[in-house]
Amino acid sequence: MQKSFSIAPAQIFGAIMFVAAAAAGPLLPDWIVSLTTIAFANALVVLGLVVLWRAGLVSFGQALYYCIGAYVVALSARWTGFTDAIALVLIGGIAAGFVAFLIGFLLARYREIFFAMLSLALSMILYGVLVKTESLGSTDGFSVETPTFFGYAPHGEMLGRSLYWLTLAIDAAAAVFIAWYFRSVAGSLAAPIRDNEIRVEFLGVSVTRIIHTKVVIAGVLGGLGGALAAMSVGHVDPNMAYWTTSGGFVFVTVLAGSGYVAAAFVGSLVFEAVRSFAYAFMPQFWQLTLGTVLLLTILFLPDGIGSLVSRLKRRQQAPEAGL
Amino acid sequence: MTDILAVRDLEKTFGSLVAARDITVSVPAQQTVGVIGANGAGKTTFINMITGHLTPSKGAILFEGKDITGKPSREITKLGISRSFQVAQIFPSLTVFENMCIAAAIASGDGGVIGNIATPVKSAAATAEAEATIDLFQIARYRHVAANVLPQGVRKLLDIGMAVVGGPRLLLLDEPTSGISIEEKFDLMNVVMSALKARRITVLFVEHDMEIVAQFADRVLAFYDGTVIADGSAHETLDNPKVQELISGVRLKPKPGEEAARA
Repeated sequence: MQKSFSIAPAQIFGAIMFVAAAAAGPLLPDWIVSLTTIAFANALVVLGLVVLWRAGLVSFGQALYYCIGAYVVALSARWTGFTDAIALVLIGGIAAGFVAFLIGFLLARYREIFFAMLSLALSMILYGVLVKTESLGSTDGFSVETPTFFGYAPHGEMLGRSLYWLTLAIDAAAAVFIAWYFRSVAGSLAAPIRDNEIRVEFLGVSVTRIIHTKVVIAGVLGGLGGALAAMSVGHVDPNMAYWTTSGGFVFVTVLAGSGYVAAAFVGSLVFEAVRSFAYAFMPQFWQLTLGTVLLLTILFLPDGIGSLVSRLKRRQQAPEAGL
Repeated sequence: MTDILAVRDLEKTFGSLVAARDITVSVPAQQTVGVIGANGAGKTTFINMITGHLTPSKGAILFEGKDITGKPSREITKLGISRSFQVAQIFPSLTVFENMCIAAAIASGDGGVIGNIATPVKSAAATAEAEATIDLFQIARYRHVAANVLPQGVRKLLDIGMAVVGGPRLLLLDEPTSGISIEEKFDLMNVVMSALKARRITVLFVEHDMEIVAQFADRVLAFYDGTVIADGSAHETLDNPKVQELISGVRLKPKPGEEAARA
């Protein structure tokens, strides 16, 4: 019961952070804007992984939805000339969600390593198909048309800023929805499903259906992230479906932890920052740096960055418990 | 008043193995029915058919006059039949309160995909129901204890509490006292049975301890070789020579008079 009170400050804090990030847009240098946009686009994919993670499921193929979201945006613009960013992002999310819905009938029956490997296999199929499709640029991919916003066509700096704001808006909507979802019956069933599926079934809920829903939610989030990333980078290629991309998302999920919605965003930002700096200062060893960060996280923060908050809370509550 | 549960000519075969046959039983509302029989006599098969875990090969099951034969278990749960398990089925990583809250929230929802997303788990109604059930089963002092460190008896009470929280009309208890020490069995059953009486729930419970059966059952069904060989008051069934011959443990039961004298 105390929990329901402590959620409110977290939401207010989240809202303030988003508003501050949006307000800071015009002041930030370009490279920070583009880094943050990519980080926050990827954070959506991570948030989807957190949804699965809580139920004990790890997907090593989340890049599938990321890639679908990206290619749908790129292809819509290319084939129909339709370039409205907001509509394209939504179409990307819906397309990935639809694929997740179809795949979900299969995936929702598997757990643990089988779930992870099957999702990996499916993403690699898409990778294989894209690599062999020469009309879509094969391994080189192709570039994405410059997006517009309700007819407004920004260029240069303003384009980056516009996409930054769009990403923030989509992230805020996703964060609110997922925070709500985690407190709903379906969302709260994640730990019970991990613990004891039999009991969940006997309480009158279909575990398969709950997991299917989670697969679709994660798929939509993956598609939204991919769509935003495609527009931000201005280019799509089959690597977006490759297993290393999926691995990167799982990496950030481990880094962030599954305790808090906000952790997905902070984790993704930290990851993107570490990667950029490591790449700039140690081009030969940037993977080594990332590996070290992951190792230290697992050793000292096994529940991710988010667990810093719960540790702080516990420390505040500890003296009260002592009395 | 119509019977809450009516079972007719129920049969379940697995290939050539007959697990249950010719079971015809009617249970009036709010009766407490003990189910006895050796392992493999068909007790759990009988329960599993009522809860929809197994589909009968033949026969019909009516719940409150409605045919539920072969319906999926989730649908049957929603209709008002609940069960507990021989081994307590709880969520070890959650606290007692969270366990109960989840059960209450699910019971209050419609079970649909959208409904489950739209309903908050800690709604006022679900929280109140969870608290009331925790009090009813006298496990309030364990409210914020994680379920994986609970004593065995409390795990059982939580398990049964989670089955009761949705307000079922019929509850099937599969060996509620298994794994509980002899000293604690009667205390546990006292708490459970008075809670179920308070909620006016009809109970079918499988039990191997004949003293428990004699004390708590209004009526006893004796299973042997897949069918009911005796059906009557606890006294009638337990004194039935056929039951005493075929089901071990029954004959050792002290007579009700002796028990009273001992107490």
